Amino acid sequence: MSVIEVDRLTKYYGKSRGIVDVSFSEEEGEIFGFIGPNGAGKSTTIRLLLSLIHPSSGRARIFGKDVFAHGPEIRRDIGYLPSEVHYYEGMKVADLLKYSASFYDRDCTQRIRELSETMELEMNRRISDLSYGNKKKVGIVQGLLHSPKLLFLDEPTAGLDPLMQRRFFELIRRENARGVTVFFSSHILGEVQRLCNRVGIIREGSLVEVSDIRTLQQNNYKKVRVTADGLNAASFDLPGVTDVQTENGTVYFLFKGDINSVLQRMNGVRVADVTIEEPTLEEIFMHYYE
Amino acid sequence: MSANIFRHEWRARQRSVIVWSLAVAAVIFIFLSFFSGFADQAGLINEMMARFPPEMRAAFGLNDMDLTTVLGYYSFVFLFVQLCLAIQAGNYGFGLVSIEESELTADFLLSKPVSRGQVLTSKLLAALTALVVTGLVLSVSSLVSISLFRNGRDYDAQTLLLLLLSTVIFQLFFLGVGLLVSLLVRRVRSVTPYSLGLGFGAYILIAFSGLFGDVKLELITPFKHLDAARIVHQGAFDTPLVLINVAVTVVCVAVSYWLYIRRDIPAVS
Repeated sequence: MSVIEVDRLTKYYGKSRGIVDVSFSEEEGEIFGFIGPNGAGKSTTIRLLLSLIHPSSGRARIFGKDVFAHGPEIRRDIGYLPSEVHYYEGMKVADLLKYSASFYDRDCTQRIRELSETMELEMNRRISDLSYGNKKKVGIVQGLLHSPKLLFLDEPTAGLDPLMQRRFFELIRRENARGVTVFFSSHILGEVQRLCNRVGIIREGSLVEVSDIRTLQQNNYKKVRVTADGLNAASFDLPGVTDVQTENGTVYFLFKGDINSVLQRMNGVRVADVTIEEPTLEEIFMHYYE
Repeated sequence: MSANIFRHEWRARQRSVIVWSLAVAAVIFIFLSFFSGFADQAGLINEMMARFPPEMRAAFGLNDMDLTTVLGYYSFVFLFVQLCLAIQAGNYGFGLVSIEESELTADFLLSKPVSRGQVLTSKLLAALTALVVTGLVLSVSSLVSISLFRNGRDYDAQTLLLLLLSTVIFQLFFLGVGLLVSLLVRRVRSVTPYSLGLGFGAYILIAFSGLFGDVKLELITPFKHLDAARIVHQGAFDTPLVLINVAVTVVCVAVSYWLYIRRDIPAVS
């Protein structure tokens, strides 16, 4: 069952572009990575799905219901961790979490205790006294305390130290194992690679690729490096070859297609060295941005 | 309406309500404590008033006032109280939803399972409660001060009640207009300049109404709609003007709902 279905969703802020014709869907139990640089439209997409902002055109459904018509009902089962966390400065952590829990018709006391222990959150401090990383922890507990079925994480790890990041990822994996669907927006590819099953790559407001992360790495692109006399960039002027660079007689490029066509070019040439490997997500990603 | 939002809003406003209530109560108490002095020298005071330039009398709403009667004097003090109440209500109106946005807590609130309508209703009711509490403190302070300082002079209790009731209608106007303006401008960075501007602006319209000649600008200001001197003089509201006031308030609040439900909550930038 699709938890999120987005259909040609478009948002303009006046004349400036938010996102254009974004369509994708996320299945129940998935961890979907949403990657792109700052300003590509990641937060805009999430804010639309939470109906914090309204679309210029297009539709979006969560749990099979239109997000703009059934917002309050849908949000009962959504947890949201924004990229920038801001809470009522004068409140204590415990009071804020209690206020947050009061919006849900279930008892969250036990969950709050567990989560704040996991994240080592001090409950008696004032929000205004917290460092950015600690506010982020409040955000994490706040986003999870009502056991949501769908989690929106908007660049969640910024401000967390590596230890806490790891704990956070464990937490997300555990939630996911219980069946929680996760929508994970980030520009840090390493963490997307570690956590996600599928990724969508967004660029200048448009979704340029939605793909299984394995497929993206294994079947789509190979990173090829060849050192051989008599071979230069022009030798690999083939369909499917991109990003050709030459350095010290070594040719580097990305290749998508039947690898035999590349091998044929090397046939009969004395090759000094050759490697063909899967590119990192980062390289795939950069490829989309050039 | 969500009880938890109401509670949260009320708590956030508690201190402000106490401060405004005490300020208003103090103005009433201190001014009224001078009443017996005024009343004893009735002839002298009224003669002095008559010598003021008419523009100045108008500015302080002294034209219809007889400072030697309890309610005449009270209505003079009441003008300053109204100014305070206007600024307080303006503060609440301008800040009602804009503070969540400027302090970036709107994302937290609006990603909860509540509708925008529920949010606005809860916030409006909390603000209304705050205004009513201020009104109650004002009423108690007025009754106590009058009974302490009236110096044996009689007054019409019904007219006083009318004046005290008028404060709620009066404040709702500033609450509604403030809310609407805050939704029309792109971003309210600080609430106070807006509420001071609205409060004093409305006051100046009536204070200097004479200066605008035949243009009836004062018809748009609540200081005119609920002119204390007039209410005391007539012993009744000026119904058409009060209706204008209420109509403006209702329209502002209705349009505010319409705008807020369709509003794009600005992201952190």
